[in-house]
Parts: sequence; C-alpha cells; structure tokens
Amino acid sequence: MKITGAQSLIKSLEAQGVEVIFGLPGGAILPVYDPIIDSTIRHILVRHEQGAGHMAEGYAQATGRPGVALVTSGPGATNIVTPISNAYMDSIPLVVITGQVPTAAIGTDAFQECDITGITQGITKHNWLITDVADIPTVIAEAFYVATTGRPGPVLVDFPKDIAQTEVEWVDPPSFDELDLPGYKPQLDGDAELIEAAAQMMATAERPVLYVGGGILKARGAGALRTLAETTGIPVVTTLMARGAFPDSHELCLGMPGMHGNYTAITAMQEADLLVSLGARFDDRVTGKLDGFAPKAQIIHVDIDPAELNKVRRADIGIVGDARRVTEALATVSASKTQTDRSAWWAQLSEWQERYPLTFEPAEEGQALKPQAVIEALAAHSPADTIVVAGVGQHQMWAAQHWSYETPYTWINSGGAGTMGFAVPGAIGAKVGEPGRTVWGIDGDGCFQMTAQELVTARVEGIPVKIAILNNSYLGMVRQWQEMFYEERYSEVYLTPDVPNFVMLAEAMGCVGIRVDRPEDVIPAIERANAINDRPVVIDFRTDASEKVFPMVPAGASNSDVVVHPTQREGA
Amino acid sequence: MAEPFSGTTEHTPVSHHILSVLVENKSGVLSRIAGLFSRRGFNIFSLAVAPAAEDQRFSRLTIVVDAESAPIAQVVGQLNKLINVVEINDMRPDEATERELLLATVSVGEEGRAALLNSMAHAGASIVDFSANSVTVSLSGTPAAVDAFERHLEANYAPVEVQRTGRVALPRLNPPA
Repeated sequence: MKITGAQSLIKSLEAQGVEVIFGLPGGAILPVYDPIIDSTIRHILVRHEQGAGHMAEGYAQATGRPGVALVTSGPGATNIVTPISNAYMDSIPLVVITGQVPTAAIGTDAFQECDITGITQGITKHNWLITDVADIPTVIAEAFYVATTGRPGPVLVDFPKDIAQTEVEWVDPPSFDELDLPGYKPQLDGDAELIEAAAQMMATAERPVLYVGGGILKARGAGALRTLAETTGIPVVTTLMARGAFPDSHELCLGMPGMHGNYTAITAMQEADLLVSLGARFDDRVTGKLDGFAPKAQIIHVDIDPAELNKVRRADIGIVGDARRVTEALATVSASKTQTDRSAWWAQLSEWQERYPLTFEPAEEGQALKPQAVIEALAAHSPADTIVVAGVGQHQMWAAQHWSYETPYTWINSGGAGTMGFAVPGAIGAKVGEPGRTVWGIDGDGCFQMTAQELVTARVEGIPVKIAILNNSYLGMVRQWQEMFYEERYSEVYLTPDVPNFVMLAEAMGCVGIRVDRPEDVIPAIERANAINDRPVVIDFRTDASEKVFPMVPAGASNSDVVVHPTQREGA
Repeated sequence: MAEPFSGTTEHTPVSHHILSVLVENKSGVLSRIAGLFSRRGFNIFSLAVAPAAEDQRFSRLTIVVDAESAPIAQVVGQLNKLINVVEINDMRPDEATERELLLATVSVGEEGRAALLNSMAHAGASIVDFSANSVTVSLSGTPAAVDAFERHLEANYAPVEVQRTGRVALPRLNPPA
C-alpha cells in the first residue's frame, strides 16, 4: 500500500503507542497535519510551541511514557528549544518532531529554515534529519528507543516537507531489538562483585545515607528503594528530582538535601561516613562548595550513565546500571548481612530534626499570606494522590519543602534547567496523562506570566488543571538574593501586584479566577477550586514579599555553613 | 626496530592521550564530536579522519586530547554517549605507535638544493612537487621526527608553507608493563 511520508510518520507514531501529541502546525509541517485528522492519536493544539514541549514533559513525568511534541520549522522549532534543554537536564523522555523546509531548499536560507539539528545537538540524546521517505518507520522507532531507554532524554526528528509529500510503500517498523544502533547499548544490570562490595560497605558504615535522585523514579525503582532502606535501616534523603520516591512520613526519611534542603538532610550528608547515591548526580545545588562537601564520606555511586561516575565526586565504588535493578540487587545481598549498630547516628539525626525543623512564622492579623502556609493548606485540603507541578523560584522550593510527598510521581518540576514558566504547561501535560487525578500547578507571579496563555489551551481542550499563584509581586528568588547578597539593592525584580489583574486574566482565558488576601479565605478558596472540574481554576494568593526560603546554603558556600531560619539562629 | 619515544612534541604537551574512535558514517558525526569537545571544555590537539578499513559503515577518528583539560575517563565517557560512537580505544602515548604526515613547500634556489636534499635524506623525506624556485617535500614519521624536520625547514628556508595531518595511531604490540 502506497502512502505519503506524512501518513507514514503518523502510522509510525501510532506504532510506538503514542496516545497524544502536543503541537502547533505551520508551513513546513503542514502535510503532517492532514493525516492527524484520521488518526487515533489525540492532538492538543497549544498556543505557543514552548507550551507543547513542557506539556509533553509534564505528561512524561506523570506517566512514565514518552511525551511527543510536533511543531513546524524555523521559529516553531526554536520555540521548543527551551523544553528540549529542560528535558536534557532532567532526563525526561521527550520526542520532538519538527517540520523542515524541503530537502532541496536546505542550506539556502529558505523561508522559516533553521538548522534545528545543529541547534539541538548539545541538548538531545540524539537527533535525526530524515532524508529518505523509506527511513521514517525505522527512525521513529530509533527515536523512541533512544528517548526511553538507558538514561532517558529528549530526541528530535527533523522532517523535510518534501519527504512528507513523497509516496512510499508502508513497511512495519522494526522492533527495538531489531534496530541497528551499534554505538548504543545501555547497561542495565550492575556488576555482581561491585554490588557485593557495596552491600558490605553499607553494612559496616556507621553514619550512612541513601542519597536518592531522580534516576530512581525514571527506573520505576521506588519500591526497590523502600525495600533497601528497610532492609538496611539506612536513612534516605530525596533530592529535588526525587521527591516522592520515598514517603516523607517514613521514619527513615530525612527529606530534601541541597541549597534549600532541610538542616538534617544537608547535615546528615555532610557528616556521613558513606553516601550511597542512587540515580543522583552530585549536582552543585546538592553539594554546595564541592571541596567542602561530605568530607568524611566514602561514595557508592549507582548510575545508568557511565559518564556520571567520577564526573563530580570520585566514587569508591561506581556501579553502572539501572537504578531499580541495582537497588533490588543491593537489597537482596543486604538481607543476609548484619548492619552495624547505628543508634548513635540516629540519636544525632533525631537531635538535628528536633532542633532544626522546617519552620516559618505564621501571618499576624492583617498581614499578607505566608506562602508556606498556603502550600500546607493546599496539601491538607487536596486529595492524597494530587500531582503538584511547580515553576521555578521561591514557590518551587516552598512546594518541595512544605508538601509531604508520599507516593512517586506526585511532584513534577524543572530541576536542572530551572525553567521559569514550566508549571502551567507542565500541569496541563500531567493532567492529560492522569485525567482522573487532581493536578495543582504551584506557580509564582513571574513564572505565571511567561506561559499563562496555555490556560486557553487547557480550557478549550477540556483539561481542568488548578493553578495556585503565590503572588508576591516580585521575582522572589532574585529578590531574596538581592536582599541577602546585594545589600537590599533591588534591581528589576518588582512586578507590580495588580497588573495584570490575575482574576480577570484567568476569566478572559475561560478559567475560574479567585483572589485570596486573607488567611481565613485560603481554605474555602482551595475547597472551591477542588470542587470545580469542568474548567481550569486560577487562585491569586497575595503573599508576603519579605518571606525568604530557609534553610539556605549560599551559592559557593559549604553545606556546613547552611543558613537556618532566623528564629533558629544562635541567640534567637 | 625499536622506535624512540614519540609522545611529547612541541605540538602536544606531556599529558595527552590518543583516542582511536570508531564512528558510524552518518551525516553530522564530526560536528557532534567537535561540538561535544567544545561544550564540555575538552581540548583537541589534532584530529584525523578516514574510512575504517574493516567496515565501510564506519570511519575511524584519531583524536589527540589534552588530558589536563579534563579527566580522560570523562572525555571517553561523554564521547561514548554519542549514539554514533561505536568504540573508543584510549591510549597513553607510551602505549601507541603514532605517525604523522607533513607537507612543506620551501623556497630554495639552485645554490641551496644540495643542502636541502641532504637534510631530507637524513630525515627520510621525499620530494613530491617542484618548480624553479620552490620544492614541496613530504615526510611521514613520528610526531617528534616531524617536529624536528619542521623546525629545521623553518630555521633554514623562507618562506615555508607547512601542512600537517595530525597523527594516527595504533596500539603498540609490545606495550610497557
């Protein structure tokens, strides 16, 4: 049967099990949009290509399935570069298909031409320019295979217009096993001898910590992690990318480490004699000043990406493998080992937890809302399986700190890239993937204004997300740094509280808009929002601009010099 | 015949490694490798590319890398992540047999020719082109030998136009213990 290249592309996507595409048509990709009408795949028409990319990411993070975005050439392609970079930093399986000018026009500076494979070379696992219509099923299969296996990540397929219009005999795509990729062989199982040595090192460690990163979630390894922690009794810290991988309420959980982690998690890593890194990468936001990081700790580093081992911190035992499989193997081997008595370690940890809990001062009569209190109210009055999607900044840190994450894939954010504007489209994508669950986007007023227009998409496509704006009328995290490190010289961070009018803006986009100024109105507003399921809701929470995120390890400082909340400091 | 230590020349400081990299012959593969080196801050001293003898689907790159710009394991690890990179053989200078080709055009009149031919004979160079006032010579040898010959030409003839290929390498058959 002869079909067009465009039809072949859509059939190839269907063959990979794609259910939904986030996209926006344009000239070069126009032929591909015709067979979409006849496809089983749902297409969600975004208002900006960046929105398509972040929606695909939110979908992937919530479901574990690859997110797919479809855009045109030139500006369509460059508009999705930020999401691709975001997916690269956070190892999100993302398949981006870009239209390209006809093959004969490539290299001539044709209308809406740009070298998107060149531009994205450094921020994709791999990319392809299709030059032969017969290659489509194989290239799409390769793209999905590369995006979803090993260390997941973004891939891009550039698709010239003439290829889309050329007829070809349809051939079923090869299975993943049949692909010819001689340079790509992810190693899944860890080396048995190294696992034995690691389990022995763990059993004898007096002050060990399981340092758990986003890789454990990518590997669907939360269950294995719990088994390992409970088998060994070793405390767990979950990084910003791993929140939810281990229940915050678990007695072995120390919470989040890093620049805005809690005192106990940060200090436990600092004082540890062994860090067992499972799918984490010693990011600078976790280590602080590297020279001063965990000076007494031996390191066991488990990662599916061999290049992560010894990249930042030398590993005493480096194990290449899938985080779930290696964690399972460590748990199995550990089951027959006797763990060292760690009562002194636990006494120390408990002392820190009692002395330095996460804290904030409640609002006094007539004061603006405390952002931390808003997050705690949201958590307390939303369903237990609510998915939280954050933007980037103070609100993100408070949402990571003050929401108790009990199950995997309930916390989604932009970690490595720190992409402001992620929350609204990210939440939309998560809701598309998990339509039966409540999805709260927690956003700042700065972030919200970067991608808010996607709420139009949400309304029109019937995707009832809820967005909580913590509106302090500032670029809050930048303001915090200017207050602390630039002598309160506030430069270009004030956004004005009332322009735009967020309630009117929300309603103009077909959403319900609610404004909350007083503490007593917080819970009723949340309950009202949670009861609305036929359209998106935006709540404009007016919060205290002077609130800062604590604890904080100042940039460039050692984790030993963590700055705690003012009420917990010496003499306070 | 034992060959002299050929690792360090004026073009490559002490700490370099030679990476022999087998890659798929796909469009953009060189750009992917060059881009990786530049964005990760790895320095390349030389790069030579040719079709792989064993299989037409592949090419072999010989990359001389500054091992001080980054740990060599990190360079190898990141290179290995490129989908088109099939295999990397990492050699220290004392583990490799290296060769490089030089072409040089020198201005030389009738009176200087005998001296030039004499020095060429010593170095093992040959004439590949000539005109009334110039000669193009070629020399293949160890990087150190090529360095020495290049220095000799620059000291004695002007102007000199020199082109070098960058080195290619294979593992030594009897590497040091």
